[in-house]
Amino acid sequence: MGWGFAGPFVAVFGLVFLAPIGYALYLSLFQDRLIGGTSFVGLDNYGKALTDPRFWEGLTRVGLFLLVQVPVMLGIALFAALAIDSGRLYGKTFFRVAIFLPYAVPAVVASLIWGFMYGTQFGLVGNINDAFGVTLPNPLSPSLVLASIGNIVTWEFVGYNMLIFYSALKVVPRSLYEAAAIDGAGEWRVVTAIKLPAIRSALVIATIFSIIGSFQLFNEPSILQKLAPNAITSDFTPNVYTYSLSFSGQQHNYAATVAIVMGVLTAIIAYAVQLRGMRKG
Amino acid sequence: MSTHTTRRLLAALAVVSTLALTATACGSDASDAGAGGSGPKDVAAALEKGGKVTVWAWEPTLKKVVEDFEKKYPKVDVELVNAGTGDKQYTALQNAIAAGSGAPDVAQVEYYALGQFAIGKSVEDLSSYGAQKYGTTFTNGPWNAVTDDQAIHALPMDSGPMAFFYNKKVFDKHGIEVPTTWDGYVEAARALHKADPKIFITNDTGDAGATTSLIWQAGGRPYKADGTDITIDFNDQGVSRYTATWQKLLDEKLLAPTTSWSDAWYKGLADGSIATLSIGAWMPANLTSGVASASGDWRVAPLPQWTKGDKTSAENGGSSLAVPKAAKNKELAYAFTEFATTGAGASSRVAAGAFPATRADLESKAFLDTDFPYFGGQKANRIFAQSARDVGADWSYLPYQVYANSIFNDTVGKAYVSPTKLSEGLKAWQEASVTYGNEQGFTVNK
Repeated sequence: MGWGFAGPFVAVFGLVFLAPIGYALYLSLFQDRLIGGTSFVGLDNYGKALTDPRFWEGLTRVGLFLLVQVPVMLGIALFAALAIDSGRLYGKTFFRVAIFLPYAVPAVVASLIWGFMYGTQFGLVGNINDAFGVTLPNPLSPSLVLASIGNIVTWEFVGYNMLIFYSALKVVPRSLYEAAAIDGAGEWRVVTAIKLPAIRSALVIATIFSIIGSFQLFNEPSILQKLAPNAITSDFTPNVYTYSLSFSGQQHNYAATVAIVMGVLTAIIAYAVQLRGMRKG
Repeated sequence: MSTHTTRRLLAALAVVSTLALTATACGSDASDAGAGGSGPKDVAAALEKGGKVTVWAWEPTLKKVVEDFEKKYPKVDVELVNAGTGDKQYTALQNAIAAGSGAPDVAQVEYYALGQFAIGKSVEDLSSYGAQKYGTTFTNGPWNAVTDDQAIHALPMDSGPMAFFYNKKVFDKHGIEVPTTWDGYVEAARALHKADPKIFITNDTGDAGATTSLIWQAGGRPYKADGTDITIDFNDQGVSRYTATWQKLLDEKLLAPTTSWSDAWYKGLADGSIATLSIGAWMPANLTSGVASASGDWRVAPLPQWTKGDKTSAENGGSSLAVPKAAKNKELAYAFTEFATTGAGASSRVAAGAFPATRADLESKAFLDTDFPYFGGQKANRIFAQSARDVGADWSYLPYQVYANSIFNDTVGKAYVSPTKLSEGLKAWQEASVTYGNEQGFTVNK
């Protein structure tokens, strides 16, 4: 009887989630070579992935990205949500929609738009250089390209996170604010003592989404790669690396291994953040 | 009448699909033996019977060939599919071959990429269809690129002997001489950039194809392949000639940081800020269509030389047509390949702007005497044809050049954006290529 209800879910879950993971696990145990064909190699691919400098370089890069970009993005999103929720902002619907709008732009298109602006030859940066006779630093140079990507991702996702925070703020009972005002609490005190604790779980959720998003960084670097081929390497992020392993290197098995290792690492870190975030007090 | 034709077509299709099914069934039983099968293939009979041929190619001149072919063999239906250009198509092709279904009957494969398919035994040996009789039909470079000791892996479709394209207007305006040596080229680069800081002699953001071609011209032979035994050595004299010159251009920032085929690149070619290109003879069609506004500004000259008075050239690009082992209708596929690359098919493509790989077309008077209004009426084919004769011998690519090229910018690219020297970048590229080759079961540098 119970299976009757669970059945459809279990079937779909098995088909679209468990089966691909199972297949990736299966693939990761083999090696397919141009000369010699396919052979069973056990856990060799995992040993290789864990000691692969190209993989770790990409992982370090997204780790750095996470540490800088996620706090900046969530900080801006929180500030915007609090400002809109404060009731002191004129035209708050406009701001809410305007801040959210970039999220509706597909990541590929966003990367292209920003890529054209970053161009020092014919892009906006180039135009500014020409018009004012200055030399702005090249946003697509190896030292700045990660920050430039962070800028695109922040632009894209501030609105999304703002909306999560804002909807969490909306359900806080207004009577709490009135009580606080009667007790003589200022706006800042209301924010720190009432609003932030009230939306704590939303903050944790947004942080976890952002961590996963950072580890999966792919669209922006792979689009910008065409414009900055020497700054964005084929192992720029773990996902870009997996892609190039699989599609230009024909190393499907090793690519599956890297993807699994990356998935496990992401799950561990996201889980750790959740445990820490949900702990009381 | 038309119902009759349709019915016959349907019947033919039915026969072909049944054949295809049986062929697939055989293939899975004895994958390799199935291909070799029963001696010389009966191409004529297959044409008589008719059927469907799927062709994956991006070469625009094939459209006319398909029409002509269908007119000549009305029972054969050719479907021309653009499955992407270059790497994208190879990825799709490689995946279709790995998946065992969905592969085309004929595929366009550039010379540098053919080795990957040949070594993987994923293309038919065309000598079993009678292709060996074309040994003297094609020019040496392309023919060497599609054959090895054992087999003919494809038939050459076009070629890309290199030439020097320069914007005469820019050179005239600043009174700078068109270089004939690479030392002169560096001088011209300095002079142009000094006269107008917006002008660069050329663009370069690290392009594996262009780099290997110039090393080829300089006499470098970094790759040697004998079956699965491979040597990679970026230490020879030709390579150091190239790096010495190119390092100067990089150090003095004389190369426009614009990636080829980007919008910015076309703009630069049109407005004169990219003053020259050293590129394959297939370029005129691209200039005419992509940089139409600069018509009359550009001219063609032989490549600058590494030694004054020398006459050496190299190939840059060029493609062949190959028949994948996974093709459903191999005899028809070969018939189309043969038609498109030799005789009337080849001539019609040359007339449409392709650069020939066939001796007859290359030496024909009509070809040599063609005026190029884009180049101010210059008979540019004479320069290209001479370049084809001057191509340095014995060059070979890696059997996994597609992969090697995909990591070029990870390694050599560093020389373009950091203090890393070009020679160090090439060394890193060599090491990465050696590692990959050994992992893939080749014996590299051992």
